[in-house]
Amino acid sequence: MAIKTEPFILNIGPQHPSTHGVFRLRATLDGEVVVDVEPVIGYLHRGIEKLAEGRTYTQNIPFTDRLDYLASITNNLAYVLAVEKLAEVKVPERAEYLRVITAEMMRIASHLMAVGFFLNDLGAMMTPVLYMWREREKLLDLFEMVCGQRLTYNYMRIGGVSHDIPEEFLPALKRFVAEMPGFIDEYDQLLAGNEILLVRSKGVGVLPEELAINSAASGPVLRASGVKWDIRRADPYSIYDRFDFDIPVGSAGDCYDRYWVRVQEMRQSVRILEQAIPQLPEGEVCAEVPRLLRPPVGEVYGHIEAPKGELGFYLVSDNSIAPYRFRIRPPTLINLTALKDMVIGWKVADLIITFGSIDVCLGEIDR
Amino acid sequence: MTLLEQFQLWLATMWPEWAAYVTPAIVGVVIVIAFALCMVIVFIYFERRLLGRFQIRLGPNRLGPEGIFQPIATAVKVLLKEDIVPAKGDKWLHWLAPLVVFVPVLMIFAVVPFWEGAIFIDLNVGIVYVVAISSVSAVGIYMAGWASNNKYALISALRMVAQVVSYELPVILSILGVVLMVGSLSMSQIVAAQTIPFILLQPLGFIIFFLGAVAEMNRSPFDLLEADSEIVAGFHTEYSGMKFAMFYLGEYCHALAYSCIIATLFLGGWRGPLLPPFLWLLIKVVAVFFVIVWIRATLPRLRVDQLMSFAWKCLLPMAVINLFVVAAEVLWLPESLPWIMVVVNFAFAGALILLWSKLFTLGGGRVEV
Repeated sequence: MAIKTEPFILNIGPQHPSTHGVFRLRATLDGEVVVDVEPVIGYLHRGIEKLAEGRTYTQNIPFTDRLDYLASITNNLAYVLAVEKLAEVKVPERAEYLRVITAEMMRIASHLMAVGFFLNDLGAMMTPVLYMWREREKLLDLFEMVCGQRLTYNYMRIGGVSHDIPEEFLPALKRFVAEMPGFIDEYDQLLAGNEILLVRSKGVGVLPEELAINSAASGPVLRASGVKWDIRRADPYSIYDRFDFDIPVGSAGDCYDRYWVRVQEMRQSVRILEQAIPQLPEGEVCAEVPRLLRPPVGEVYGHIEAPKGELGFYLVSDNSIAPYRFRIRPPTLINLTALKDMVIGWKVADLIITFGSIDVCLGEIDR
Repeated sequence: MTLLEQFQLWLATMWPEWAAYVTPAIVGVVIVIAFALCMVIVFIYFERRLLGRFQIRLGPNRLGPEGIFQPIATAVKVLLKEDIVPAKGDKWLHWLAPLVVFVPVLMIFAVVPFWEGAIFIDLNVGIVYVVAISSVSAVGIYMAGWASNNKYALISALRMVAQVVSYELPVILSILGVVLMVGSLSMSQIVAAQTIPFILLQPLGFIIFFLGAVAEMNRSPFDLLEADSEIVAGFHTEYSGMKFAMFYLGEYCHALAYSCIIATLFLGGWRGPLLPPFLWLLIKVVAVFFVIVWIRATLPRLRVDQLMSFAWKCLLPMAVINLFVVAAEVLWLPESLPWIMVVVNFAFAGALILLWSKLFTLGGGRVEV
């Protein structure tokens, strides 16, 4: 006699150890197998897009810190690049280099968190996270030297950066750049060949290339699916065309590839830092920009390759001191749209790691 | 004759018979439980400090010298918490479950030989008793999952049942290898027979028993029922206060009990040169526990279907083959030359593990829904 069973709904989040913020996932399960998932977002909504319409262009920079709070500098960068494009501000050479250096440091820090917490979702009991925090801590110390903050940096300004670097910064950064490849090798030794990691993540949560493109995925999620698309190369901004780096690309689009792409990107970021440090010129760090910037009437879309994907800002100016419209294209919200296609038919445990491998940040999703 | 029996005979010379019968039992129970609980507190401290070392941090070091009072402070904190029963939960089962988990685990210690004669009761079926009694706590965990009226707890409870049923078989089969060699089920006989520790004579049996034991005590990488990244705290999601403390103690007691059993079955129990026997047992128990913590700090978790296929595809067939090989060796190899068996069995274990790692993969696939 067949037992009569029926699927049940499991409410994962908003308070749950592995939802990376206040994310709620209504999963319909048939035993352990995921039949349906429905993400419920909005628990961290602060109305940043609306608030920004009432503040001047410079006052909006701290808001961008609160989007993806694990990668504040790249958020700053994306926003100020958009404003500079709108107001046609010329940025001094030294500021461009400082922007690239801090942005690549931020990419390493963000990927360290992403890889560490991906392994935490796999059940590795905090150990990888703490090893990666060891390096992230050094980066946070460096950021603290630059701008006095450790999480929300508010470092970029329209026309440059807020402070020049102190003299102890470059030696410390050089030390970090020299050490970091060794640490990445250490992670590879500890993790890459681990049998449990391989069986848990290879072939799990596959995002096919076509679906990745159709769902407008970007960043490591897109590159893991085999698409060689990096805005630093595809639409170069700032001074990225001067540096030599590779774009790591996965093949299968599974959780393991997303992990692997992030680790390789850390190596490439170290390469960019190695090239940028000796080239750093002397000079001003911020252009002369009026206190109350009034960009000409018009609209602009500026986008960069943030650690988590394509971060875009769409700004509309009516020649007043505040943007008329301030719209954010958050990478993780759009990467998240493909989650359902990736997890249907897998187990609950795979749902958790697939979600973790997308590397979401709720500050950015809910805005 | 155990020490308690001698004590009973000595008492019988002066006291009435019933008092001479009851007093040693009470004394033994108190000593064994005190030993178990003290060791559990030491283990909790040990694990937290050790995890700190593994995770390049300090671990608790504030309370007392090197933080040795931290487990006591934690215990007091847990005991002072409010006891919450879910509104639609089964009140009686919810109350009973921690006891059903904790008591059988404590009962395992009745047959652990601490040194020559120092065993609470030397049952002639000691190891069968251990296997039987340790499965009872699975019922308690299932009760907890059911009574909590919580979906996470229910998933955890169902995982528990599947896991215990699957891992019991390879564990029992690997014990049978030991029993074949000793020719007795009594724990003290097993220790007495180990002139060479059985880990050398039966490396494969040891590995299977160790992995099975780790799975039965729900430790990483088999900690699926407390998989905090998936199902929060599993079966004790809805527990707090004293009842939670019972689960927590039960978990560490289980680890301690199985460390004792592993030390007794495979590492020679209290046997060892120079040092007093009890100290040897402690050293071995702590060493086993160290390995368990080491694994916990290092490895990610298996998925539920991979856990099952590991038990049924890898451990169980290997345990069966191991049993037949040991039986053949006991029959045909001369008993006077145990070192031949050591060499043969190590080569055999290595070859078998290599073969299995090439033949089987754990990866499960997507299910069509």
